[in-house]
Amino acid sequence: MARLILWRIASAIPVMLIVATIVFVLLRLSPGDPAAILAGDSAGPEVIARVRAELGLDRSISVQYLTWIGELARGHLGASIMSKQPVIKEIKARLEPTLVLAFAAMLLTILIAVPLGAIAAWRHNSWIDRAVMALSVVGFSVPVFMTGYIFILCFSIWADILPVQGYVSPFSAPILAARHLVLPALSLALLFIALIARVTRSSVLEILGEDFVRTARAKGARNGRILWRHALPNAAVPIITVIGLGIALLISGVVVTESVFNIPGVGRLTIDSILGRDYPVVQGLIMFFAMIYIGVNLLIDIACALVDPRVRV
Amino acid sequence: MTSVEATSKRPRGFLRQLFSSRPVAIGAAIFLAIILVSLCADLVTNAQPFQIRPRMRLHAPDSSFWFGTDALGRDVFSLVVFGGRLSLLVGFFVALVSATLGTVLGLTAGYFKNVDSILMRFMDAIMAIPGVLFAVALVSLVGPSLASIVGAIAFSEIPRVTRLVRSVVLTVREESYVKAAESMGIPTPLVLFRHILPSCVAPLIVQTTYTFAAAILMEAVLGFLGVGFPPDVPTWGNILANGRAVFQRGPWTIIAPGLFLAITVMTINILGDGLRDRLDPKLSRNAKVAA
Repeated sequence: MARLILWRIASAIPVMLIVATIVFVLLRLSPGDPAAILAGDSAGPEVIARVRAELGLDRSISVQYLTWIGELARGHLGASIMSKQPVIKEIKARLEPTLVLAFAAMLLTILIAVPLGAIAAWRHNSWIDRAVMALSVVGFSVPVFMTGYIFILCFSIWADILPVQGYVSPFSAPILAARHLVLPALSLALLFIALIARVTRSSVLEILGEDFVRTARAKGARNGRILWRHALPNAAVPIITVIGLGIALLISGVVVTESVFNIPGVGRLTIDSILGRDYPVVQGLIMFFAMIYIGVNLLIDIACALVDPRVRV
Repeated sequence: MTSVEATSKRPRGFLRQLFSSRPVAIGAAIFLAIILVSLCADLVTNAQPFQIRPRMRLHAPDSSFWFGTDALGRDVFSLVVFGGRLSLLVGFFVALVSATLGTVLGLTAGYFKNVDSILMRFMDAIMAIPGVLFAVALVSLVGPSLASIVGAIAFSEIPRVTRLVRSVVLTVREESYVKAAESMGIPTPLVLFRHILPSCVAPLIVQTTYTFAAAILMEAVLGFLGVGFPPDVPTWGNILANGRAVFQRGPWTIIAPGLFLAITVMTINILGDGLRDRLDPKLSRNAKVAA
């Protein structure tokens, strides 16, 4: 087991290295002088020269690359041009709203999607099944910002029962925070509910055809027990794996949702940095999100191996 | 588009079978209608589609302005219909580029064991970079154009196609007819294209429809975040972006393009589901996860 965990961690390192290389190349794809772009449109030649020296852009490309990798290996993501703050600090300052939003959306997803998918599989081909499948197609197709705006229109403008936009920390005012969180979390969760309900359905459907389910039924186990005790735990591995792959979608969704609901999180920081041409921050943020994706999937790999001995090969 | 290709490889009646499912038939009809309407945009909109009418700003939908007017007094219906052209074009090119490159990479990774692990680590790395962030960063660095936007979106879609094709190749290459072709000394490229590629076609068609839908959504997100095509070019994303500031006074500026976008994506997804059920019943529904 320990060997498996070590092996998985070791195999993530080359992937991180490639991500770092892609990000390095990405920022050098732009036509023209990167220092001029980084310094901004209004910068004079001396500012550009200073930025070039600060970022080491006056050195050879191979030195730049090795410096970038070396800094990353020591956990440095660079520093913002605008605020002069290290990127890590900028991220830390904006992390809470993003984590709260992502956590709320994940919680909603698991609470709604897993039972929905399991029931759809149980009542295969019934109207419930068809309704869940139709809902999942709709959830896939309606963009996050569209659901966000429709929610704002219905619940904040017409019905006037929830606040339009903004963020309140749940650690200072829990009830107000929850009222601010409902709409963004729900619009972010919709895509995941569609995804997870679908996977749960197909995964449970497959398990329900297995011999051990028939055995359980033969020995007289009740329907509910068969579904929740026998089928669902065995269907868990694909569901958990999909949640892991869904982290990429979640990150993309967070960026858009924070923009719609005016939430000052990491997603907004990303868009603000891109529009403000603060490229060291963009570079650091892409690395940060990639690390989260790889880290979460690493944990899920290990979790799956712990849950299901069949995966441990 | 894709179904025509499939008919030549399948027994007769494939299309009839495909459209025997009512959702698929309705979805295909709506999707076709959307394509036709965008192609004939000049015919279905009024004479001056982008005319700015300062006195008609944020006019609510009525018989002369079906979807109302935007903050500049432009007819939202005309904008949406013309905007569909570019959005659909982006979707089409992304699907084409990622299917082609993904197939080549997938065939290579699946067939040649010595490059497999390096290539797949690259794909893992691309999958780890959130698509929206990569596309937003690339387009804002290189500047918005059809090529940069298609490239930025296709980049994140390629690994999914590569993984799919590779997984098919890995099973097919052990089949006896492939082994026979190899032992007869048939050149490797010919083995790949004549004997292995045909097995990839069905899942590839399904994946391509999902890529098409995902690309249209991504273009809208880019426009919405303000880094897509220049703001005066009508695309669904740009119309949505312009509507953000006036959303509370004129919700139709967001709802009309959003609805068109959602319906288009939904019909493509339904078409993809229908194709998958017909072409490859064994293809797991989980494949959708990649889309």
